[in-house]
Amino acid sequence: MSELTRAEVERVAALARLGLTSDELGKLQGDLNLILEQWAHLADVDTSSVPPSAQTIVQAMPLRDDIAEPSLPVDDALKNAPARSGDFVRVQAILSEEADG
Amino acid sequence: MSGESLRRATATELRAAFQSGAATSRAVTDELFAAIEREDGVLGAWLHLRHEEARAEADRADARYATARAAGPAALSALPPLLGVPVALKDLVNLTGTPTTAGSRILEGYISPYDATIAARLREAGAVILGKTNMDEFAMGSSTEFSAYKKTVNPWATDRVPGGSSGGSSAAVAAFHAPLSIGTDTGGSIRQPASLTGIVGMKPTYGRVSRYGIVAFASSLDQVGPFARTAQDAALLLHTIAGADAHDATSSRSPLDAVLLNLPSGDAAASAIRGKRFALPKEYFVAGMEAGVERAVRDAVAALEVAGGIVEEVSLPTTEHALATYYIVAPAEASANLARYDGVRYGASKHGGGDLLNGYLETRGRGFGPEVRRRIMLGTYALSAGYYDAYYVKAQKVRTLIARDFDRIWAAGFDAIVAPTSPQVAWKFGAKMSDPVSMYLADACTLPANMAGLPGVSIPCGLSENLPVGLQLIGKPWSEAELLSISAGYEALTATAAWRAVAPHDLAKLGGGAA
Repeated sequence: MSELTRAEVERVAALARLGLTSDELGKLQGDLNLILEQWAHLADVDTSSVPPSAQTIVQAMPLRDDIAEPSLPVDDALKNAPARSGDFVRVQAILSEEADG
Repeated sequence: MSGESLRRATATELRAAFQSGAATSRAVTDELFAAIEREDGVLGAWLHLRHEEARAEADRADARYATARAAGPAALSALPPLLGVPVALKDLVNLTGTPTTAGSRILEGYISPYDATIAARLREAGAVILGKTNMDEFAMGSSTEFSAYKKTVNPWATDRVPGGSSGGSSAAVAAFHAPLSIGTDTGGSIRQPASLTGIVGMKPTYGRVSRYGIVAFASSLDQVGPFARTAQDAALLLHTIAGADAHDATSSRSPLDAVLLNLPSGDAAASAIRGKRFALPKEYFVAGMEAGVERAVRDAVAALEVAGGIVEEVSLPTTEHALATYYIVAPAEASANLARYDGVRYGASKHGGGDLLNGYLETRGRGFGPEVRRRIMLGTYALSAGYYDAYYVKAQKVRTLIARDFDRIWAAGFDAIVAPTSPQVAWKFGAKMSDPVSMYLADACTLPANMAGLPGVSIPCGLSENLPVGLQLIGKPWSEAELLSISAGYEALTATAAWRAVAPHDLAKLGGGAA
């Protein structure tokens, strides 16, 4: 695998929604390339006839009756919200007024 | 019982003392809080203490013991084994009404609105929950130096790390601030700190303990487990928290062995080693392993042989790929799990100025510390278009090979794998902070068991440079009772060993009150 460029590091940070300073991005570029070097030998492992495992302790998925059970009261669930409006979490508008109209 | 003997008592000893009336839970709780008050300024194990609630829980436990004593022996023995026994929780376990930070600034101010299943089970069992312990941010780290809040020192040497990520929980038990604590182990975060602080720590089989209400790191690897100073105590805590939970679909219905409540002890425990077959994987004696660690581990293996255990060297050839595989799978899952910290519903928030996207970028960019950012970046990259097959899918395939390696060991009739827990003793603060890869290598011997979902336990097996060394036992799925029985056997075999007489530093002499 080739080295991660600065532009790729910026793209990954944007995908991860991490707002980082130029210094932080530079440090991460170095760290990530150091770590990716350690991954390189995996490419040499023959996995041509090996299925992937998402988990290795495989159990039957339990099912229960489809009956609503009590859950966390709304007030408790919203207790940690930075901004609240009635029974809702208040967030910033994602559409401009023009788009709304 | 009083004073120092109360403080140093095991959970098993406390239970007997509570039953007979020789001690009260309230007296133990007061004694431990006093020790914490005197010493945590140096130790730094605790993030939150529940002074009033814990004392009320102790008083309620004492009342139940008194009632049962009046009713007779049957009523006393019917009481849950951890009734009145103090426990510490790693600060990623939700406990209603307490802060849960996961060691991160991004959860500063968050108050749990509900109980994790294991917290509810501990409450139901009447345990006294003393408080929450320090950890590497979101359990990412091997030294607890990545906590956003404080430094936790190793009770054996205050210039050295306690291991991690559950370093607060391991230090608290090693320093006699609690007989029991809860940790989580995604790549070694229970076993490695147990090894570095000279106590017992177990990662159960994936699915043995519910993760509901535990802050998630890597969901295909995370397990919750006990820290204690003896195998029997660890077994009691495991028995209390384990079992199927409707809130965690990965939790298992596999029955718990009742022997956990009463492991063999003394000669019976030692003689249970006879005829057991132990696999000694040559790949676990990795390059860079300290000579003193290797010596202590090989001595422990020799002791098992003297007791009639059959030890054979084996090969687990995929061990060399486990580290890279883990550091793809775990960050990939972490990047998805940590997407929820967006500053909108809870936790620290930088929304308000600018647009919504800017609020996300600021909240996450400022809220996460350096190691968490590194892992989110790694994981996001490994899952991104064009790299997913080369990294993530490849790692999932190598995981299959790692699991097959272990399957071959069990098919050959071995009862357990014996290996070092950590290739080195506790290191000095800062020694690995500038090089992430050197920190990752600290988990080389523990993370294969996570990749395969297997149970593993670390037990003290000696000293190197006057610092504790851990012996790791890895077992087949659901064999926790077997692993802890073997551990109890090893404890019996080495009960009079000279190294067992060496204790951690007396922190009280170092001065410094609670922060």
